[in-house]
Amino acid sequence: MKEAISVEVNGRRYEREVEPRTLLVHFLREQLGLTGTNVGCETSLCGACTVWMDGLAVKACTQLAVQADGASITTIEGLAGEDGSLHPLQQAFWDEHGLQCGYCTPGMVMAAAPLIEAKPDASEAEIRQALKGNLCRCTGYHNIVRAVKRAAAGGS
Amino acid sequence: MAGVMGSSIRRREDPALVTGRGKYTDDLTAPGLTHAAIVRSPHAHARVRGIDTAAAAAAPGVVAVLTAADVAEMGIGGVVPVGWLLPGMKTPAHPILASETVRYVGDAVAVVVAESRYQAQDAAELVAVDYEPLPASTDAAGTAADGAPQIHSEAPGNVAFEWQLGDAEKTEAAFAAAAHTVELELRNNRMLPFAVEPRACLAEYDARQGLTLHMTSQNPHLHRLLMTLASLNLPEHKIRVVAPEVGGGFGSKIHHYPDEAITALCAMKVGRPVKWTSTRTEASLTDAHGRDHVTVAELAVDGDGRVTGLRARTHAAMGAYLSTFAPAVPTYLHGTLLSGQYDIPAIWVGVVGTFTNTAPVDAVRGAGRPEATFVVERLMDLGAAAAGLDPAEFRRRNFVPADAFPYQTQVALAYDSGNYEPALDKALEKAGYQELRAEQARRRAEGGKLLGIGLSSYIEACGIAPSAVVGSLGAQAGLWESATVRVHPTGTATVYTGSSAHGQGHETTFAQIVADRLGCDVEAVDVVHGDTREVPFGMGTYGSRSAAVGGSAIVKSLEKILAKATQIAAHLLEASADDVEFADGEFRVRGTPGRSEPWGSVVLQAYLAHNLPEGMEPGLEATSFYDPANFTYPFGTHVAVVEVDPETGEVELTRYVAVDDCGNQINPMIVEGQVHGGIAYGVGQALWEDATYDASGQLVAATLMDYALPRAHKLPSFELDHTVTPCPHNPLGVKGIGEAGTIAAPPAVVNAVCDAVGVRHIDMPLTPERVWRAMRSKEGS
Repeated sequence: MKEAISVEVNGRRYEREVEPRTLLVHFLREQLGLTGTNVGCETSLCGACTVWMDGLAVKACTQLAVQADGASITTIEGLAGEDGSLHPLQQAFWDEHGLQCGYCTPGMVMAAAPLIEAKPDASEAEIRQALKGNLCRCTGYHNIVRAVKRAAAGGS
Repeated sequence: MAGVMGSSIRRREDPALVTGRGKYTDDLTAPGLTHAAIVRSPHAHARVRGIDTAAAAAAPGVVAVLTAADVAEMGIGGVVPVGWLLPGMKTPAHPILASETVRYVGDAVAVVVAESRYQAQDAAELVAVDYEPLPASTDAAGTAADGAPQIHSEAPGNVAFEWQLGDAEKTEAAFAAAAHTVELELRNNRMLPFAVEPRACLAEYDARQGLTLHMTSQNPHLHRLLMTLASLNLPEHKIRVVAPEVGGGFGSKIHHYPDEAITALCAMKVGRPVKWTSTRTEASLTDAHGRDHVTVAELAVDGDGRVTGLRARTHAAMGAYLSTFAPAVPTYLHGTLLSGQYDIPAIWVGVVGTFTNTAPVDAVRGAGRPEATFVVERLMDLGAAAAGLDPAEFRRRNFVPADAFPYQTQVALAYDSGNYEPALDKALEKAGYQELRAEQARRRAEGGKLLGIGLSSYIEACGIAPSAVVGSLGAQAGLWESATVRVHPTGTATVYTGSSAHGQGHETTFAQIVADRLGCDVEAVDVVHGDTREVPFGMGTYGSRSAAVGGSAIVKSLEKILAKATQIAAHLLEASADDVEFADGEFRVRGTPGRSEPWGSVVLQAYLAHNLPEGMEPGLEATSFYDPANFTYPFGTHVAVVEVDPETGEVELTRYVAVDDCGNQINPMIVEGQVHGGIAYGVGQALWEDATYDASGQLVAATLMDYALPRAHKLPSFELDHTVTPCPHNPLGVKGIGEAGTIAAPPAVVNAVCDAVGVRHIDMPLTPERVWRAMRSKEGS
């Protein structure tokens, strides 16, 4: 038994049939081929699968694809400009060595973006609080925090 | 290119990774792909009376269900072997699929292959295994006691090996003559390695091409070798192992596990590509864990505050089976490091490796060296207290003096270089040590949160080598590294390295090494790694070896290339090769301005071969296998500052100062990143992480609901500095840095908390409950 859903992902509309139990992250990765969104824990606790649903950061490993019916999703693949120019956060993660293995990075960037939008002058403590739902095992968060600060300050 | 070494060049790896275009194993697919789900034992110890696969085989989408019977029928080795043999060690076989007995929760008993991931998982739940549960044994030391359940019939008393090092008599005499002795029992808590990317494997097989495995590997050649020798028995040249982007390893992706071999055998059996991706719970249950030592340690100190002896008896849990390098970890990576930065005239260490009904234990970031450093640096604080000295002064008094190198320790290692006092001084100054002590005294007088300051002066022995020595100690592999450098006709170059990165940025740093030596732009150099079909045999990335061993192999190949190119240039310049030098991208005749040939024309001539010295072969590439003369010995001093809530026992790490010496730095930005990550890993062990099994053998912290990892809001920004003492025996003067933070941090943090609270010891992790109990027991005493 499959359900028909209509989802806009990165500005493009997809009409698909999915099993009701299909996780949003598996829908994005396996049906749409958008493999930038990663799976780390399947329990909402590592944040590697963070995407935006109707402008809110959500963890795609604990959302069903059917819940996204009618919604607008943005994944890491939809963040850079059409000309390939990096989003300020992507640029800052590169400039500040905010990633090592890169596996948590898409989720980290998607989680940080709403913060810098809402609060460009966020303090280090506020940035750390905002990222507490996202795990990174490589960087000790030090350079991630610097990257978010840099992006918030307009890249300098 | 001038200035390229030591330059914080941004990583070329990153543009793909920040945009979601990096391809990790689970991102890959293949035409006709099927999915595997592995059926695992829910019991820590049980006899398998029967396996009924009929319902699973009939489930929707199921292609095949395999058990140990299929492995036997295929006539393949079907085991994962241990790669480090100690004298007298018991090595019970570790079958990839269990047939008669399961020995830990997560032990694989069957595998289902189906059309989709979900169908495979559904059908795996339909495999009916008839278990007869047996009593389990889970404690590293207790498992060797009388009456403990026996795990392997060939290992009575659950003892895998007994090992010792040092001079017991001399050490006994040192303790008999000591002015002060201290004794401490400490537990080094079991850790999950926890790479955020779970292990995964995509296996494709056809009879002509053989087997191709894309997998989460830190060492593809080693995985290929062990697949060939023990698991699958396919010829080595018929297996290709590729590590695409790898989402962290921390040791867990060194080891050879049943799961990837099972996936491979599924592909061979069903004739279609098969993908297996570990769930997080599977990862927690089956990735080789780290640490799990119980140690009784003693220190002898004379009346002048000099350490005269150190003794340690350790029980090290090996888990249910001996994993790939497991026996080396508590022995040659732990026992040999017990001299720390100190001139200790007598040391003895005894280690009992024990079987437990738990996941196997093997190298996890630091591997043996965090355990050793925890013993030494905890004892140094207790020794300082016994001697009535400040911990910094006590350490200083016992350092191996700067003029004593090379220094032969009492536990086998010969430190090639070191200069410990400047790193200590820098760390104390950066931390404001005297001011912190004054603030601590003020708070003790006035009340409020308790302030603690903890030091850790660590040494790390990494880039383990040379091969002949490690072979004599039990290694079943060499520990050299290979590199091919291929210069293309137009002067650009490709490096093929056996050091397969999983986040360390080798593509950037190795290009810097080449650009520096060839005088070209870094963009003119590509680095290829992680594919057994592309790269000569290689040993991989672990043990902080890549720059020191892998980088040196590249330098060796560059030297061969420059020697040949110089001969070609001399021939073109009609000069003696002895008179030709290479600088700024051109070959020049010394003392004859204007007579030169640019790099590009010499390289082109190597391929045109129209005008080469007589007898010279065309082409310009070189392959080298570099076997280091010794380990490298990075060191440093870290200072942790904590605040402890006297009411709740909650610990806040408020500052962390790290001064490290990894010799010359190729890319300081990457060095600092390694230190940051290493510190967080070590702080995690000290404060939060605990892979605890209950008495029945259930892992009680198998998901992130229960296993607490370092998170952004729990850590401060780190304060880093460094000293530079180049390694004298490798051509780059570099030493490892990937594990330093993880080695240094646990004792720094525990020393700080004990300092704050005023107790001798608290076991890791320092949960509020443990700290609170320690404070209460102190009040009661």
